[in-house]
Amino acid sequence: MRQLRAVTLLACALGSAAGARAQDTTGGAVSRSTLHAHRSPLTARVVPRDLSATARPIVVASKPFGESYILAELFAQLLEARGYAVERRPGLGATEIAFSALRSGAIDVYPEYTGTGLLAILGADSVPAGGARATFELVAREFALRYGARWLPPLGFENTYAVAVRQETARRYGLRTLSDLARAGPSLTAGLTADFIGRPDGLPGLARHYGLRFAAVRPLLPAVKYQALASGAVDVIDGYSTDGLIARYDLAVLDDDRDFFPPYEAAALVGARAQRDAPGAVLALTELSGRLDGPTMRGLNRRLEVDGVPVAQVAAAELRRLGLVAGDRRASEAPERRARGSLASELWGERLTIGRRTLRHLALTGASLLGAVVVGVPLGLLLERWRRGAEGVVRGVGLLQTVPSIALLAFMVPLLGIGVVPALVALFLYSLYPIVRNTYSGVRDADSAAVSAARAVGMTPAQVLGHVRLPLAAPIVMAGVRTAAVINVGTATLAAFVGAGGLGEPIVSGLALADSRQVLAGAIPAALLALLVDLALGGAERMVTPRGLRRRGG
Amino acid sequence: MTGGGARATIATVELSAAGVTKHYGAVRALRGVSLDVAAGECVALVGESGSGKTTLLRCFNRTVEPDGGRVAVGGRNVGELDPVALRRATGYVPQDGGLLPHWTVLRNAALVPRLRGGAEAAEADALGADALRLAGLDPAQFGGRYPHELSGGQRQRVALARALAGRPGVILLDEPFGALDAITRADVQHTFLAVRRERPASCLLVTHDLHEAERLADRVAVMRDGVIEQVAAPAELRSHPATEYVARLLKRTEL
Repeated sequence: MRQLRAVTLLACALGSAAGARAQDTTGGAVSRSTLHAHRSPLTARVVPRDLSATARPIVVASKPFGESYILAELFAQLLEARGYAVERRPGLGATEIAFSALRSGAIDVYPEYTGTGLLAILGADSVPAGGARATFELVAREFALRYGARWLPPLGFENTYAVAVRQETARRYGLRTLSDLARAGPSLTAGLTADFIGRPDGLPGLARHYGLRFAAVRPLLPAVKYQALASGAVDVIDGYSTDGLIARYDLAVLDDDRDFFPPYEAAALVGARAQRDAPGAVLALTELSGRLDGPTMRGLNRRLEVDGVPVAQVAAAELRRLGLVAGDRRASEAPERRARGSLASELWGERLTIGRRTLRHLALTGASLLGAVVVGVPLGLLLERWRRGAEGVVRGVGLLQTVPSIALLAFMVPLLGIGVVPALVALFLYSLYPIVRNTYSGVRDADSAAVSAARAVGMTPAQVLGHVRLPLAAPIVMAGVRTAAVINVGTATLAAFVGAGGLGEPIVSGLALADSRQVLAGAIPAALLALLVDLALGGAERMVTPRGLRRRGG
Repeated sequence: MTGGGARATIATVELSAAGVTKHYGAVRALRGVSLDVAAGECVALVGESGSGKTTLLRCFNRTVEPDGGRVAVGGRNVGELDPVALRRATGYVPQDGGLLPHWTVLRNAALVPRLRGGAEAAEADALGADALRLAGLDPAQFGGRYPHELSGGQRQRVALARALAGRPGVILLDEPFGALDAITRADVQHTFLAVRRERPASCLLVTHDLHEAERLADRVAVMRDGVIEQVAAPAELRSHPATEYVARLLKRTEL
């Protein structure tokens, strides 16, 4: 009966669904994917009705490292194959930003690890007995209770931290386990990611659990840690057990012999809104549950990180191989190594994308800078009239400058979600200080003889400000705007961590995927842009300098 | 109005201070100062640094508010006058010129007529140009220049022109020639005397140079520690110094 009804609805859908996801008003709906699904029982299933009145895209996000990109891309392509519109937000800052975005409904799903959920998000200080299953059940229960978020059944592999050394180091010190490492630690240098150094399930916990100490600890970006280890710059790194690069560099992974690390089962973590609006999409995602085992994931990571295959291809081939989407399964076996020419030709080939990102970047910078000028200049003028409070206010604004940008962005996410808005607010706050500071001190320190004479011959305070202080301070105010603009162009690259786009996009993904060319595809235009902005505003600075203040011949 | 010493009693009093006091924290800058300046008269305030002469001068355009006593201009208590209107009606020449560096010479000179409004900008500029000529600068040659393109003497001439352009009845001069070299100073002083003949206004001239005071002023007031020791015409001051301090001051400047 139910099957029959689905077929009827399918016919309706065929007639009406041109672009949007099929919906109806009669009480049942079929995912549009059924229309072009290949004939397998998996895809011919009937899915629950999705309540969203409009075809809101499902927002699929990832954290900024390769495996997370692949898993998110698998989610995204699977959903697309099932007829859902998808919006991709890869490379969101780190755990805090991604999870805040999920809680606020700015994203619908991203890949997460149970151990991370347990320790970094729930803040648990111990791991439940009972292995991976117990951990999963605990986080699933707690996330549903506390956040309304749902862990889908695990994907089928664990990706724990893998403390790795060179084979040669392992031989020399006789290292097989982390207990061995604790003995040899004081003569070794560790190169660890910032995340690992700070997380309770990272170095602090290891130090407590194993009594591990190193001669030195160097913070490293994920993108460079393997090279740093291979070149001998450091002796120990934190990797992921599924990293493609562990095999490539032939590293020795030390055994967690005293069970410090919790289980890190990978799973899709789904927000409350998607569960409510798009239960069909959530169900579709469970098709991946249990389908990816450890060797499979390592293979996918290797194809991305070692072979340099684009993430979309890696994911597409895997979905075909798993029989989750139609297509020639053998296609996935074909070597798809990216053919790469010179950096210049690659940049030229991407000129349209780069142009689009540059425009986005300029829009972010321009809008936030404009806001900072509109607020900062009047604030600076106001402070000149209210000097008693001025230094305090200026220092307060300056304090904002000392908040690390990534932290500021992370604070914004719970309040403002992800995307353009938090990026604009953060950039606005960063631009404020040089503008307020220069306006205030420029106006305050304007030629005091001219100011007091102007007052003594009968200018009103407003006239003194408008005709004397402000014109005399104009070049200094403009220099503040210029400083703010250049900082802004640089900081705006971090906007990509909250999904705001711009030239940071390739930088973030390039760092995540250890692809220096991608990094350069963002960094080079960003640097040029900063130079151009500096030049342009330098011209503006000269333009607003009153003639009488320019030295002769200058 | 040519009667020398008797002038102050015959002519109307233009500037008047009576029992004026002012202190800055613990420092008593003025300790009950009284002084009258008649219409058209020039009185020089002479004294060492910190004697209170600049503070007294500034009471007359309300850039300093006295703590006690009465300050009047044209018979009206300045406390009852709008300070902005009072300043626009009063010429003012500070030591450093105080020109607006981003404005041309002509615009600086025409500032007060422009501030007063009413007149067209062209009219104000004509007044400024007249004042420049009076102060010894050719408006055609200097009007379009900027202050930093002028010599120190020329800048003080512009400052003088700015004080004259509004045709004020009162001009306050705060060490106007103090920063100039001797030759330039003599030139500008000469111009000042010529201006006084052409535009008889009441002048209060602050200076630490007794010779300058004797040369430019009708009467000299010697100040010390916030009080006036003696007010007299230069010749009378020389012949009858009222106090020990005045006598010492005269002796020092005899050379």
